[in-house]
Amino acid sequence: MQELTADAAIELRGIDKSFGSVHAVRGASLRVERGSITGIVGENGAGKSTLMSILYGLHRADAGEILVEGRPVQMASPRDAIGHGIGMVHQHFMLVDSFTVLENLILGAEGGPLLAGGLAAARTELARLARDYGLAVDPDARVADLSVGEQQRVEILKVLFRGARILILDEPSAVLTPQETDRLLEILRLLRDRGVTVVLITHKLREILSVTDKVIVMRRGEVVAERRTAQTDAEDLAELMVGRKVRFDLDKEPTRQGETRLAARHLSLVDRRGVRLLDDISLDVKAGEIVGIAGVSGNGQSELLQVLAGIRPPTGGEMEACGRRVDAAHPVDPAEMRDLGVAHVPEDRLRQGLVPAFLASETSILGYQDREPFCHNYLMDGPAVGKYCADLMERFDVRPRTPGLRSSNFSGGNQQKLILAREMARNPKVLLVGQPTRGVDIGAIEFIRRELVRSRDAGCAVLVVSVELEEILSLADRILVMFGGRIVGEVAAGEADERTLGLMMAGARAA
Amino acid sequence: MSASRPPLPGWVEIGLLPLANIAMAFLVVGLIVKLIGVDPFHALKLLVLGAVGSSESIGYTLYYATNFIFTGLAVAVAFHAGLFNIGGEGQAYIGGLGCGLAVLALDGILPGLLMIPLAILASAAFGAAWAAIPAWMQAWRGSHIVITTIMFNFVASALMVYLMVNVLIAPGSMTPQSRGFAASAAVPSMQATLQWVGIAVAPSALNLSLLLALLACVGVWIFLWHTPWGYGLRTLGHNPEAALYAGTNLKRTTLLAMCLSGALAGGVAVNELLGVHHRLVLDFAAGYGFTGIAVALMGRGHPLGIVLAALLFGALQQGGAELNFEIPKITREMVVVIQGLVILFSGALVHLPRPWLQALFARKG
Repeated sequence: MQELTADAAIELRGIDKSFGSVHAVRGASLRVERGSITGIVGENGAGKSTLMSILYGLHRADAGEILVEGRPVQMASPRDAIGHGIGMVHQHFMLVDSFTVLENLILGAEGGPLLAGGLAAARTELARLARDYGLAVDPDARVADLSVGEQQRVEILKVLFRGARILILDEPSAVLTPQETDRLLEILRLLRDRGVTVVLITHKLREILSVTDKVIVMRRGEVVAERRTAQTDAEDLAELMVGRKVRFDLDKEPTRQGETRLAARHLSLVDRRGVRLLDDISLDVKAGEIVGIAGVSGNGQSELLQVLAGIRPPTGGEMEACGRRVDAAHPVDPAEMRDLGVAHVPEDRLRQGLVPAFLASETSILGYQDREPFCHNYLMDGPAVGKYCADLMERFDVRPRTPGLRSSNFSGGNQQKLILAREMARNPKVLLVGQPTRGVDIGAIEFIRRELVRSRDAGCAVLVVSVELEEILSLADRILVMFGGRIVGEVAAGEADERTLGLMMAGARAA
Repeated sequence: MSASRPPLPGWVEIGLLPLANIAMAFLVVGLIVKLIGVDPFHALKLLVLGAVGSSESIGYTLYYATNFIFTGLAVAVAFHAGLFNIGGEGQAYIGGLGCGLAVLALDGILPGLLMIPLAILASAAFGAAWAAIPAWMQAWRGSHIVITTIMFNFVASALMVYLMVNVLIAPGSMTPQSRGFAASAAVPSMQATLQWVGIAVAPSALNLSLLLALLACVGVWIFLWHTPWGYGLRTLGHNPEAALYAGTNLKRTTLLAMCLSGALAGGVAVNELLGVHHRLVLDFAAGYGFTGIAVALMGRGHPLGIVLAALLFGALQQGGAELNFEIPKITREMVVVIQGLVILFSGALVHLPRPWLQALFARKG
């Protein structure tokens, strides 16, 4: 499988890494050719981030060799990696919001005790980089004022500024709109044409197929396949990642809509500093339909879910959930919403949906802890809770099936399945779901989406908030797009396409 | 993937790790003792004998442990709700005020069977009320509970001095203490109780408050791990957003946790005033509230661990006093240093031996 024609910018040989009993990377070997874009794909926990962290000096391999430009090197810290011309752009930006682009650029490379010299040199260098790579950013703009796409460009510039010739990007498109993602891919192509070597870690097959020259597939810590991008397709890659055939299409029945279960009229939410988080939100969710809320993260979706679930009272407007009217003067709490039959799978499972330190059995009753059959005469019934959790695990295929294991010891997908199981177990009338498959592996994604559709077919009113357009498109019967705290458009699922939705998500108002 | 080390076996985590911490503390103590010219092994022997060498010393060790159990539980309950209650000292002290007021008002009328439970309730209620104010300020006004509980220790102390000197002082007395309580308000001493069933032990300060402390342990265990309120409280402590999501009322739960915490701290007053002093005195809470933080940390917030940690600190307190008596070179302050080192190694440096133990058990496993 190895090609000896092109030079290898990076070569990893037999890299092995264990974290305690977890064998994260098993004898992985790969070559990244100079001046190419190489994609690394794999499910969560497949070891791709660990492997790249080893390359970047964040972890040390237990065994194996790293070669940069053909020479064996030791990577004891990111400093070594930078010294060898390797730069990494992390999924979460490492920028100081209140600093300018220029100040961020020289952070950690100030070039002397006085800033002025460093800043001037950086300004010249930035102009050169902008010219050479088409990465134009205003050097004096405050990072906080930049769009997410521009912030990412600053991250890339930071890496290039430090002399990187090999660029590793970890899930770079997680926070971008489709348009911004396209622009990013454009930049990556340009970088490649200028001789930069790019390694792209992602789980989005669309990006892999559109931009890379070569794809490396990892599964359970091993490199299981290497493909020329031109000679593969999404199904092939997905099958390699999961190890079995995966079906992307959900083949849903047409919806059979019933009565309106959740209605919002002119809802607004203004925080204590007067920032308008939600603005004039009106929507209906009917029994037997899935309404999808699309939008770039941070445009009010989280707040909308909180208001609809009763966690935060609205400051204006009103809503009606299963016959209960809620407005600023008549707030509701999440416990009452549960009583009404409104279940909620929160966006952030580790911070809201479960307590990592709790046992799985404790997680399986979060929010229902004071109800029968878990609690009678003010005392909780441990065995009943354990049995209930075991039942849920069986029905929703949560692995391992160990109610006595800490919640944090389950993988993201299994945590999510457990939360979904908890919320769906009581046959709710309304199901609110935030980011149903964020950080969840492909096998579980398939399962979770099918469960949501099954719930819809059983007559539940489902509202799904997701930043993954592809997820919204495959799940929703009706799509609402949020931007800046408002609903800026509504599209029936059949008429939706990524481009129009993407424009709405970026704030271009559509009819 | 961030948890890069395997978890230790349970018995190592709760048994061996604390022992390793204590061993390290004693190693440093030994060096210091050597430095001031005392044979460390001789000192250690005196310390151990002083703590558990006779039925009298065991009695005193258990008596101190009683206080530490109460304050350790107090800190632990608040800690499970994510609240760092530094105010055990003041809550115990004000608990004593409640206890004293109840007894001074009613000990002429009520028989012991009513008087003692009432005094216990008053201790708990006053302790709870004193903790409720910082809790309210935290939950509704956003004042940080660490700051407010510390300040409330000073307020409690000043308030008690004022009341003892000006209001509650026994008529004609020169020392600021109240009149003696009636015999009906005395919690029976352990010596008297054991004699009653035919076991002879030397008299000591140990009294039946120890049973109350153990009962409180069981109660805390049931509350935290077997009631929906305990569940909500722990959810709040681990993950406030999850608690909010679950429909737990964060403000009320904060208040509940602190009130329970304060009520438990009030147990010190029962042990000290009803069990030993039999009158209201100044500064009976001396240091127990603060040491309770170390007890709770060392006991990992679990009642069983707290009992064990309280026994250790009780033994240090009692053995240290004996050590000071036998070897004057080891002053009272030295004994505090010893305690401080144990706290340092089992509190702040609790994870120090962890990598070694992990390496040890990783190789075995």
